[in-house]
Amino acid sequence: MDGETLWDWGYALEVLPQLLQAMRITLMATVCGMGLALVGGLFLAILRRSRIPALSRAGFWIIEFIRGTPLLIQLYFYFYVLPDFGIRFSPFATGLFGLGLHYSAYMAEVYRAGIDSVPKGQWEAAVALNFSRRRTFFTLILPQAVPPVIPAAGNYLVAMFKDTPLLSAITVAELLYTAKDDIGSQTFRYIEPMTLVGVLFLAVSLISARGIRGLERKMELKT
Amino acid sequence: MALSPPFDLVPPLYQGLLITLQLTAGGIVLATALAFLAGLGKLSHHRPVRWLSATYVEIFRGTSALVQLFWFYFVLPHFGVHVEAMPVGILVLGLNAGAYGAEVVRGSVNAVAKGQREAAVSLGFSPRQTLWRILVPQAVVSMLPPMSNIYIELLKNSALVSLVTLSELTFTAMTLRADTLRTGAIFSIVLLMYFGCSQVISLGMRGLEARLSRGRDLGGIR
Repeated sequence: MDGETLWDWGYALEVLPQLLQAMRITLMATVCGMGLALVGGLFLAILRRSRIPALSRAGFWIIEFIRGTPLLIQLYFYFYVLPDFGIRFSPFATGLFGLGLHYSAYMAEVYRAGIDSVPKGQWEAAVALNFSRRRTFFTLILPQAVPPVIPAAGNYLVAMFKDTPLLSAITVAELLYTAKDDIGSQTFRYIEPMTLVGVLFLAVSLISARGIRGLERKMELKT
Repeated sequence: MALSPPFDLVPPLYQGLLITLQLTAGGIVLATALAFLAGLGKLSHHRPVRWLSATYVEIFRGTSALVQLFWFYFVLPHFGVHVEAMPVGILVLGLNAGAYGAEVVRGSVNAVAKGQREAAVSLGFSPRQTLWRILVPQAVVSMLPPMSNIYIELLKNSALVSLVTLSELTFTAMTLRADTLRTGAIFSIVLLMYFGCSQVISLGMRGLEARLSRGRDLGGIR
């Protein structure tokens, strides 16, 4: 290995296919994690709105605690502590769970903003029409609450995408792990794989940010 | 002095916590400076300054904090820069949070009522005076709540620096885990320590906000 060349295009092109392969794991973790967060977030948002004070307070503290502690430690916790209780998942499944739960707490706030933005008259109308509380929430309020917050949810989707490299710490072979532990530690050349990973992240983030901005504009036109 | 379990784990973890606090404090100072630099830079009349600020913000908001950390840690030595984990950690945490903060600074300065700027012009204030005497002091109050979130994100991201072997709280927890195998107790304490720190940041920023918005009826206070 020559120490002089800082950037070797041949080497960069050589490792690119392997990185693109790993990108699939990264994207899969993002999409599945977001699926979990959409469901978990709704659950937490409902818990937070519960009329039973103990439940709503529990919802508040769960959200606060998850948002106030590092995702990395949460991942370690699930990865190392759950097996002690006989709960064993693959690293990838553990990672998905961790990502999903972490972002559920953020999504709960997104749902909350959406639900709060539905005019009070809608609730009153539902009462006047003798809708049950549950029916009001799921058929009347939620369909109006979700569309305005889709851009905010999109921002968290991108944020989650950028958090997937943390899964490398629990040995999930996503993009960063591949660059650092599969490629870098074998060839001792980190510049190309690391830079490529950065560029790949930047490309996906910029494209999705543009998509979200477009979505936002579309939403504004509708309302 | 022998503490009963699980409290015997606290003193070693406390050593790590101190490093985490240094890391976070350094990161917050750097991030705040960069947020003002790039945020105001994006509002500059000079095209290159605007362009430079925007590029910085896009790059650091567009990539993952962990990737940034590894990039600096593994790539800087190739330029002959010898790096210690601590300065690199502070640098990356600051650069990352600063990029998010820049958008907050820009947004808050832009959100100051237009009449304020016009009044400053009509009173013969120079652009610099307008910015620092009129716009920024009013904008700071509305910056605080989003900045509080960014600082908490920074604290949480400081755990990532453990992956480049700085013996902060997370790293200490991992070594302690390897020594004692008391995984559940260790991570529970660590989670509580981080949670305590983020609550302190949150309360501190709320206190600051209440103090700065005293006697004002503007600036996004509820």
